[in-house]
Amino acid sequence: MDPISGFIENNKLTFGRYVKQFTEWLTDNFHREFRAFSDGLAWIIEGVIDLLTAVPPILLIALVAGFAYWLHRSAKLAAGVVIGLLLILNLGYWEPTIQTIALVLFSTFMCILIGVPIGIYAAHNPWFQSLIRPILDLMQTIPTFVYLIPTLMLFGLGVVPGLISTIIFALPAPVRLTTLGVQSVPKQLLEAGTAFGATRRQLLFKVELPHAMPTIMAGVTQCIMLSLSMVVIAALVGADGLGKPVVRALNTVNIAQGFEAGLAIVIVAILMDRVMKQTDRDGRAKSGDS
Amino acid sequence: MAVVRFDHVDVVFGGQTAAALALVDQGLTREEILDQTGAVLGVHDATIAIEEGEICVLMGLSGSGKSSLLRCANGLNQVARGRVLVRHRDREIDIAAADEATLRDLRMNRVSMVFQQFALMPWRTIRENVGLGLELRGLAKGDRDRMVDEKLALVRLDQWADKHPHELSGGMQQRVGLARALATDADILLMDEPFSALDPLIREHLQDELLELQRNLKKTIIFVSHDLDEALKIGTHIAIMEGGRISQYGTPEEIVTQPANDYVRAFVANVNPLNVLKAAALMKPLNGDGGGIATTNTVTPETSMRAVIDAYRDTGGPLAVVDSTGIPVGLIGEQEIIAALARRGD
Repeated sequence: MDPISGFIENNKLTFGRYVKQFTEWLTDNFHREFRAFSDGLAWIIEGVIDLLTAVPPILLIALVAGFAYWLHRSAKLAAGVVIGLLLILNLGYWEPTIQTIALVLFSTFMCILIGVPIGIYAAHNPWFQSLIRPILDLMQTIPTFVYLIPTLMLFGLGVVPGLISTIIFALPAPVRLTTLGVQSVPKQLLEAGTAFGATRRQLLFKVELPHAMPTIMAGVTQCIMLSLSMVVIAALVGADGLGKPVVRALNTVNIAQGFEAGLAIVIVAILMDRVMKQTDRDGRAKSGDS
Repeated sequence: MAVVRFDHVDVVFGGQTAAALALVDQGLTREEILDQTGAVLGVHDATIAIEEGEICVLMGLSGSGKSSLLRCANGLNQVARGRVLVRHRDREIDIAAADEATLRDLRMNRVSMVFQQFALMPWRTIRENVGLGLELRGLAKGDRDRMVDEKLALVRLDQWADKHPHELSGGMQQRVGLARALATDADILLMDEPFSALDPLIREHLQDELLELQRNLKKTIIFVSHDLDEALKIGTHIAIMEGGRISQYGTPEEIVTQPANDYVRAFVANVNPLNVLKAAALMKPLNGDGGGIATTNTVTPETSMRAVIDAYRDTGGPLAVVDSTGIPVGLIGEQEIIAALARRGD
């Protein structure tokens, strides 16, 4: 081997060790804090799951169908919800489905809570936007398993490391789309707000956010889908839900179980997408932005 | 006492403002300043005073700086040098130096604005759009709606209050824009090419409607237009702008009869004199020698050219122009009418 390549190969940069040392330092010094946080989160999610599983399935299905009808005024959608959920009930995956939906909704809620303010701030501060862009790219492209290991060490087995990984993976979508939505507000609408005496705060809440809402909602729908795509990976570290039977089927080469659990995930995905997809109420799509 | 005064106003966009101002004082052109400093000179040395109840039209081609100047009157554009004085609560406030709170007070209570592309919020109903200024002021919904409905009736859109902007035609949308500007009861109205985006026929309608409303409301209006006919029709005063500077400021009649330079002369060359000229501009002046006038057919100096021609046709003889004290000041015959009609940028 030539001396230059040899030199490069022999003097290794030890990125991996730094990350490992940092994780170990965190576990050694803040073990109690992380576990308390983990227990708190688990307690909330399990509480929601217990609440939902306490409701008779038929009643819950009726409630969800009613909600879907109220949101979209579509009998077709409501019928789809009923058929889809009854099928899941029939497959015997009712409880894992509830667990999965709770996990997905909770992670989406957290993503909105964290992502929308970051997105707004990035829209107003170009320097911040260029700072977070590579970080968001990293969050979306780095293989999930890579950060599953440190989160597992920090938070212990169970639902929380799965949840944290899901949030890391799904967070970039609402951040990006919030920034996009806020930045695409036409200049003249901002000027109109300003000309009638709006403060910065009023501009945000009365002009920017209402105008950006369809885009932000698209980000939320994306966030739900991304979270759902994480259920199997979350199951690997012990999160309950529809991922668990899939993992079990993989380990036991059980084709029937794998197919049925997968089918349940697909049904949940389609239903959540259809129900959460927002309708265009003020006709902007028809008239263009005026 | 003027309501709005532009006092040697310069507006500069981007680049190095101070350097650009130094160069413009040396007499460099816009292009040279852009090359050397990267700054665009929007307005240079604009000085006009607008009295209460006037409609002042800032008139020029695109890029002449008319919109840039207008937007200084409510602080949408930053003034690089000079003062923009707006009378408010018995004081003159310099917009160029006002703090946020003063500016906000002015925008909410004193100066409102109508935009070229309407700038209505598509997610709000018409009523909510018109109520924007009142809502920002923090007025309760009940009071707000009452005031809004009043203004909607004024522009004859009260049936449309619960619709959304996309359900209305362009002309109706701009009437919403006008109602929104009227809703705050601000006495100063900035109108930035409000009718330019509309069909010619609708535009005429809205011009007439604006003049009709103005007869009762008596707002002070600053109106930007690139259409000379529009400017002559609605303006009590016109400022012709070119390359960021005001070429001439005067009444429509002064602009047409005494153009200050070649640019204005070329601009007004094709104006239909029937719409603009008054008897005072048509007549052959008598210069105090009115003793020997034989005709008994009289008009006042303010009579429009259209009315003068009608009067001439009815009587078939020369007309005496008589001032308010009854003294003849001029004479209009066939010669004068033909001369005015044949007038072509000479």
